[in-house]
Amino acid sequence: MQRSKKSRMITIQFNGQSKQIDDDYTIDELLISAGVPAKFCAVELNLEIVPKHEYRLQKLKNGDAIEVVTLVGGG
Amino acid sequence: MTCGNTQLDALFPDEPLRIGSHSLSSRLIVGTGKYETLDLMRDSLAASHSECVTVAVRRERLYDRDGKNLLDYIDLARYTLLPNTAGCYNAVDAVRVAKLGREILKSLENPGANWVKLEVLGDSKTLLPDPLATLEACQKLVQDGFQVLCYTSDDPIMAVRLKEAGAACVMPAGSPIGSGQGILNPNNLTITLEYLKSDDPTYPVIVDAGVGTASDVAVAFELGADAVLLNTAIAHARDPVRMAAAMYHATLAGRSAFLAGRIPKRLYAQASSPEEGTITSRPFPQ
Repeated sequence: MQRSKKSRMITIQFNGQSKQIDDDYTIDELLISAGVPAKFCAVELNLEIVPKHEYRLQKLKNGDAIEVVTLVGGG
Repeated sequence: MTCGNTQLDALFPDEPLRIGSHSLSSRLIVGTGKYETLDLMRDSLAASHSECVTVAVRRERLYDRDGKNLLDYIDLARYTLLPNTAGCYNAVDAVRVAKLGREILKSLENPGANWVKLEVLGDSKTLLPDPLATLEACQKLVQDGFQVLCYTSDDPIMAVRLKEAGAACVMPAGSPIGSGQGILNPNNLTITLEYLKSDDPTYPVIVDAGVGTASDVAVAFELGADAVLLNTAIAHARDPVRMAAAMYHATLAGRSAFLAGRIPKRLYAQASSPEEGTITSRPFPQ
């Protein structure tokens, strides 16, 4: 994704792993950069579920923990 | 000789299976896990004639971009998804996973968004349910508006407690998950059915877990279960698609046998041919 200005980097926990991202990344941008289709997933930010319509608005902060889950085969 | 459609469900139409606000014409619910390929899973689901399939909630695989999504192989217009809380060992985790599953299904506009297969396990060796944590999670999820399909052991008292907590249906295990041991304690299942249905005959009870082969499914229905939920018995069969078809037929056979009403078991024989008019002598006892 093209960015107009050079941003400061922050560190988040993305599905249990540390990840460095630009400090003004939104959830939507994070999902796109990770190749995750938003349609098939749910997102939890610091243990709170984020409604899909907020993915484009919700900016990530240093130290945020984000979980992105999907459906897999199960019994 | 051709007899037209001799399928039991065509000859003797059954009532739909009702669980909370859901209504299913198939009484077999199947899992989507453990298949060698997603193609095999899709074909097995079709052969099972199920309308409801269970799914699990897991972290998105961030480093396997070529991996196909399960949902590419499940026709959402055909199947109601039943998200589970498999892998949870406490009530907090189970509630959390249930809410995440609901969030995904809401965006898929699948009717399964308002229900959950609650599974809170005690340990990873037996995969037996933790009864206290299961009850706690059930209460919280019911308060949060979920229709809870509650996996439990075959303990009748626990089943009653879960029904009292508001579970939309109780799902006693026939035997441990994936063990293929069938229904180890039919007496407990019979008591559970009696207790849960005595003043509420339509309350749904589903045998969940432990099925190894088609006869186990038939036995569950013959005892009075309203539905059977299984996964491994199909997914790990040598020929999963054929086993799925066998499970479908066992569902029809067992359910019909229950509705038809079996004869009581007797200690001694009872002749099928007339006792009178025989030309032979009779040995001891007279």
